[in-house]
Amino acid sequence: MIELIGVSKSFGKAEVLKGISSTFEPGKVNLIIGKSGSGKTVLIKSTVGLIVPSAGQILYNGEDFISMDSEGKKRIRRELGMLFQGNALFDSKTVEENVMFPLDMFTHMSLSDKKDRVNEVLKRVNLFNANHKLPSEISGGMQKRVGIARAIVMTPKYLFCDEPNSGLDPQTSIVIDELIKELTIEYNMTTVVNTHDMNTVIANGDKILFLHQGVKHWEGNNETLFETDNKELMDFIFASQFLKEARNARLALKNK
Amino acid sequence: MESLFQFGKYMLMLKSLFVRPERKTMYWIETLRQMYQIGVDSLVIVIIISFFIGAVSAVQFAYNLSTTITPMYFVGYVVKESMILEFAPTVTALILAGKVGSNIASELGTMRLTEQIDALEIMGVNTTAYLVGPKLIAAVTMIPLLVVIAAANGIYGGMLAGMTSGYVSSTEYIQGVLSFFVPKNALIMMIKAVAFSFLIVSISCFKGYYAKGGALEIGKASTKAVVISCIAILVADYLIAWLMI
Repeated sequence: MIELIGVSKSFGKAEVLKGISSTFEPGKVNLIIGKSGSGKTVLIKSTVGLIVPSAGQILYNGEDFISMDSEGKKRIRRELGMLFQGNALFDSKTVEENVMFPLDMFTHMSLSDKKDRVNEVLKRVNLFNANHKLPSEISGGMQKRVGIARAIVMTPKYLFCDEPNSGLDPQTSIVIDELIKELTIEYNMTTVVNTHDMNTVIANGDKILFLHQGVKHWEGNNETLFETDNKELMDFIFASQFLKEARNARLALKNK
Repeated sequence: MESLFQFGKYMLMLKSLFVRPERKTMYWIETLRQMYQIGVDSLVIVIIISFFIGAVSAVQFAYNLSTTITPMYFVGYVVKESMILEFAPTVTALILAGKVGSNIASELGTMRLTEQIDALEIMGVNTTAYLVGPKLIAAVTMIPLLVVIAAANGIYGGMLAGMTSGYVSSTEYIQGVLSFFVPKNALIMMIKAVAFSFLIVSISCFKGYYAKGGALEIGKASTKAVVISCIAILVADYLIAWLMI
């Protein structure tokens, strides 16, 4: 479990996060949503330690990650997997080498065991016959799968995904969302996803944290989302006509 | 003030290199890869340029000597000394600042902007040690070898140019090369080579590793890496000459 307690971050005079408190539970997909510039990426990067918050605590199973020494941070980081917005695959390494990298660096497994594990996770993300291809030789959706495979190859306790659907077509986005959901349950991971994709919000929102101008404006799940009267959240979620109509239809059905 | 801040950051980056590697084999593989990129990939350009520097030095010096009573074997002596003391280490370093330095700065800058460095951080890898350390070791190993090759090749180029221009025979030239050999000059050449290679790689890594922004900033970081490396090489060249000669 991850607990955020009063997390704030300023860059110079600009206050990007203002006292965010929340809890991310295991076995659930926890979503951070909000407009561009609302502080989503800063919050997720603060949670994984890529940005040091100006104030507050980030607890991993009760241990404060911010005040830990470097060895403690390394220990926690080996329990983390992260899928980056641009995938962050090593472009000079093949798909297999990318996924194998954490095993090469942190385990004493034999080469054949490492290859078996790599093939297992690549199969799990439905990626076949791409082991020896470079990231530039595969599609965006396949790159996302490689990123997910690399993130889960060490069987992490925590999975972070920064806008996993960016740059993907709607069908591929749904496949990636389903994969993240399945893996979260299968590995009993605490998954934190930073998104503004409404399909993800509706399909995967076990818990939703809505940020607006660096402040936690609303917290709930994909069920309570439809009943909210929070104006900023409504403006954000139901910006499209299609979703507005879906919401009205759902409320009408409920009122009957 | 900003320069002091940047210098402090550079020193902290160098300090962070001294940590125990997560896996020695991975660092060793990366070092071998960098040795190939920095050393083998730069061999052709170093051979071409050093050959012509030696050749031009020989022809121009022989032309100046042709109107004096100085024996022509002096051409071989002067080319040898100038190649060993100055041209081989300094010109090779300046060329490599352009080729290797810009390559390193843009490679690390791209890794930074495409979040590849963040991905390594998340895994728990000490990114400065893993990305900068092998490059530094590879450079201080391979660039001195390139400098030795450049010195030998420049002297050979001088001989060929002297012979084909008709100013000096190969016997006279070789006599000059073998005359008045000072071992200390070879030591100075090697000290310069090691110092320059350290400066090129550490400055370029620093500029690339801390690059921010977009594609334009990578270009700027790469240019700054080359310019600062060249200035640092020339200042270090003067200091080494002043201290050792």
